[in-house]
Amino acid sequence: MSSRAWRSRNHPAYWAFLVHRVSGLALAAFLPLHFWALGQALSGPAALDGFLSWADHPAVKLAEFGLVVALAAHLAGGLRLLALEFLPWREWQKSLFAASVAAALAAGLLFALNVG
Amino acid sequence: MAGDAGSVLKVSVWRSSGPGGVAAGDGRFETFEVPRQPSQTVLDVVTHIQRHCDPTLGYRFACRVGVCGSCAMVVNGEARWTCRTHVDKVAEGGRLEVAPLRNLPVIRDLATDMSAFFDKWARARGQFSGTRSRQEPFAVVEPQSEERRQVDLGIECIGCGVCYSSCDVVEWKPDYLGPAAMNRAWTLVNDVRDTARRERLAAVAGDAGCHACHTHMSCTERCPKHLPLTSAIAGLKRETTRALLRGEL
Amino acid sequence: MSPRAQAGLWFAQRMSAVVLAFAVVVHLATMIYAVRSGLSAAEILDRTRGNLPWFLFYAGFVVAIAVHLPIGLRNVIAETLGWRGRLLEACTAALAAGLLAWGLRAAWAVYAPGGA
Repeated sequence: MSSRAWRSRNHPAYWAFLVHRVSGLALAAFLPLHFWALGQALSGPAALDGFLSWADHPAVKLAEFGLVVALAAHLAGGLRLLALEFLPWREWQKSLFAASVAAALAAGLLFALNVG
Repeated sequence: MAGDAGSVLKVSVWRSSGPGGVAAGDGRFETFEVPRQPSQTVLDVVTHIQRHCDPTLGYRFACRVGVCGSCAMVVNGEARWTCRTHVDKVAEGGRLEVAPLRNLPVIRDLATDMSAFFDKWARARGQFSGTRSRQEPFAVVEPQSEERRQVDLGIECIGCGVCYSSCDVVEWKPDYLGPAAMNRAWTLVNDVRDTARRERLAAVAGDAGCHACHTHMSCTERCPKHLPLTSAIAGLKRETTRALLRGEL
Repeated sequence: MSPRAQAGLWFAQRMSAVVLAFAVVVHLATMIYAVRSGLSAAEILDRTRGNLPWFLFYAGFVVAIAVHLPIGLRNVIAETLGWRGRLLEACTAALAAGLLAWGLRAAWAVYAPGGA
């Protein structure tokens, strides 16, 4: 109705929700592929290596980095939600989103540095 | 600043296309020019339009001082009490946009039909059930007890519908009870005199109740009385789970 | 589905989230460690082949995912597509069964001594 409709959603908890939903959907889409790739080992190490060499492409590496960040973000955001839902209300819980983002980026950075 | 006497405010006001029971999206914005006044509220602006520009403008208000909760509208994209919102605080470049609350059918222009909103208070088992009659002495509720403190956090709700209008889950799931009804249920769950706890927890459980809440916190963010609504819903999640594990749900 | 059952799904998702929180921390750490010298089938299988504790860890991980993911996706589908009732429950159950089978196959593939 209004061009300003998104304004009322522009606050940390809503951003946390968006990150959680997008990362969750990304992981859900990736998991079947992940399980398939590991299942290649049933046909011997060579089949798995065939897949892993495909995974050496820079574009795939970038996607992997994205998935690591998504996994870490979904983990940190999930811990935030558990704290908000199961612990009594406290002011400090407002800064949990910032802490979640920091944790996800740290995990992504660690992965990127090691993979290089 | 914008508060200068003599300057003019350009106000886009939502007008429904026909009288009575139209769908929320059915209408358009119409622009009016309103003279700026010192300490002018958004409700003052809407009243000016109805009195001096177009007497057919439909809107709702009563107390004008933030007590009754009837004048809530969406101002520049955010649900607010128009009577307690100064134009200085929300106008941008001398412009305002005023629309009816979201998630409720529009009766006319800026006035919504709030029946669904209040029906959900009843569905959330928002009525008190006690055991004492008027012949008996008053029940004593310990003011310092944890239950009473929980009640204090939520009891000041005046039912304005700002939280309901700001909630995306209400938009996605039209039968979702919404923050205000569940905040009411939470105050009663914590009322030591109440006897309908079990039915109430059953009424707020599941996909139309507390378990559908995604902790967006838009309700808590927007509540004009700063009530911790998301926290109340989280409290219901914990108590319903406890009841579920005990086989009482 | 009754409100009681829906509350049960919510609780199952939160409890599986607690299991996943631990599992994902281990998984992220292993991953960041494992990619230091590049991924190879030999290196992965060297770690997992015939290693019962790793197999049990991954099997538990898969079970928690098979509980957690379909319930989350069920919410997303109900909210964005408006699906309700039988169709929604059938899809959720099928997804859970599929993930469980597919995931356990993957865990077995990297565990089974000597390949299949």
